[in-house]
Amino acid sequence: MKALKGFALPIAFLVLWQVWAMVVGLHSDTLGAAPVDIAVAFLAGIRDGSILDATGMTLTAAAGGLAMGAALGILAGFLFGLLPPLSRLSRITVEVLRPVPAVAILPIALLVFGFGYAMEIAIIAFACFFPVMLLTEAAIRQITPRLMEVARVMRLSSVQRTSKIVFPAVLPRLFVAFRLAAGVALIVSVTVEIAANPQGLGYRLMLAGQSLRPADMFATLFWVGLIGWALNWALVRTEKKLFPFHSLRRIEE
Amino acid sequence: MMRPVNLAWFVASLMVTVLLVAVWQWISNHGYVSKVFLPGPDRAWAALMRDYGSGKLFTEVGETLLRMALGWLVASVIGIALGAVIGISPVARTWIAPSLELIRPLPASAIAPVAIVFLGMTDNMILLLIAFGSIWPMLLTTIHGFSNVHPRLDEVARVLRLGRLERIYKIALPAAMPDILGGLRLGLTIALILAVVGEMITVQGGLGSRILLAARAFRAPDIFAGVIMLGLIGLVTNVALSALERRLLRWQPAAAV
Repeated sequence: MKALKGFALPIAFLVLWQVWAMVVGLHSDTLGAAPVDIAVAFLAGIRDGSILDATGMTLTAAAGGLAMGAALGILAGFLFGLLPPLSRLSRITVEVLRPVPAVAILPIALLVFGFGYAMEIAIIAFACFFPVMLLTEAAIRQITPRLMEVARVMRLSSVQRTSKIVFPAVLPRLFVAFRLAAGVALIVSVTVEIAANPQGLGYRLMLAGQSLRPADMFATLFWVGLIGWALNWALVRTEKKLFPFHSLRRIEE
Repeated sequence: MMRPVNLAWFVASLMVTVLLVAVWQWISNHGYVSKVFLPGPDRAWAALMRDYGSGKLFTEVGETLLRMALGWLVASVIGIALGAVIGISPVARTWIAPSLELIRPLPASAIAPVAIVFLGMTDNMILLLIAFGSIWPMLLTTIHGFSNVHPRLDEVARVLRLGRLERIYKIALPAAMPDILGGLRLGLTIALILAVVGEMITVQGGLGSRILLAARAFRAPDIFAGVIMLGLIGLVTNVALSALERRLLRWQPAAAV
């Protein structure tokens, strides 16, 4: 019942929108579009494959950038977490680089790589790197000292200690970091496509808007929202399945 | 005051940064990476100084800052007010909160094309974009803060026979303050990003359009100068808000989290 109430508002909104469009007499060549037109445009986009093509491009870039940024971020996070002096030495460098908005390096990436996947992936990797690195480092810092004592008592080598004690201990938090970074990756990929890169869903959205095809534009917009929602849902579910007893879900926002 | 040990680490850390800039200069001087892509820090600095001299730097930084601040303010006012209503009333939570969960995962920049259709390539469009994107952290943290007021505080309010408005003002708002301030800080970060995105799309002046135009004209030093300024804006605003946060929350017992 409660879930139904939650859907009442969006559905009422769509119905009102449709009624309003019918009363005013909107056609698809004016600025607005009725929900029914949007659904038609969406189905047309699915049928001719253009929406799926664009989705593939966006997700490929997002996945590539995420893989690169998260891998480097975890690596750096481990280095900084396990070697505190290194972390202290690079603190100022990190604090100076971190506030640079990821989209600000878009022009640099554009100069180096030109349009295409490489530039988009580089920007996404840059955006994902810092949150993953910081969360990884924090996760390692928060391992209970007792686990490290166990490692010492058992005379584990540093490689063994990392693989047998540190890694399993931080795994749940690494997944949280990965989930957050996945959200960032999708946002940045769409943003880069809207701002500059002529490919993927962001570009489809921009193109539809500029060529006055509002139904197509809204269809893509809703689709992008749906993908973002589904991605988050799937990752949250995976996390609950993999780490059911973990109590650190507080830091998720 | 910093303890001597911490000061030593600070200086060492600063040295590392200086060293990295020196390496950057060295790479650029020896042409290991083409100067088209990577101008040395000297040339980026020269570009900054040239714009500083002509006053262009201040107009551009000012434009970006103004947009970011305006959009963020609009988002803060709406976000906190709406968040307070939803956070306090369980009825509003069941009816409205799920809709918010549906809209939230939408990348904020995705509404830019829609905003352009209705508002054109204008300042208002950029403001709408910034406000829409940066409202989420404030809205969600405010809802969280208001709906998680400690039950004992509620009991106190009842015992003191506080009216609804008084309860909001004297009990719920201070209790939700740490959450709200955290949201404000996050929102500001997003506001800067979206200000840059909006300026890149509309090319209406500001640092965002400047660095994109510089890229189209292959003027790499100008790009780096712009990126440095953007990083500086991010750093300074974040530090300022953190300081404000600490000041406003002085009354709270430390480590209450």
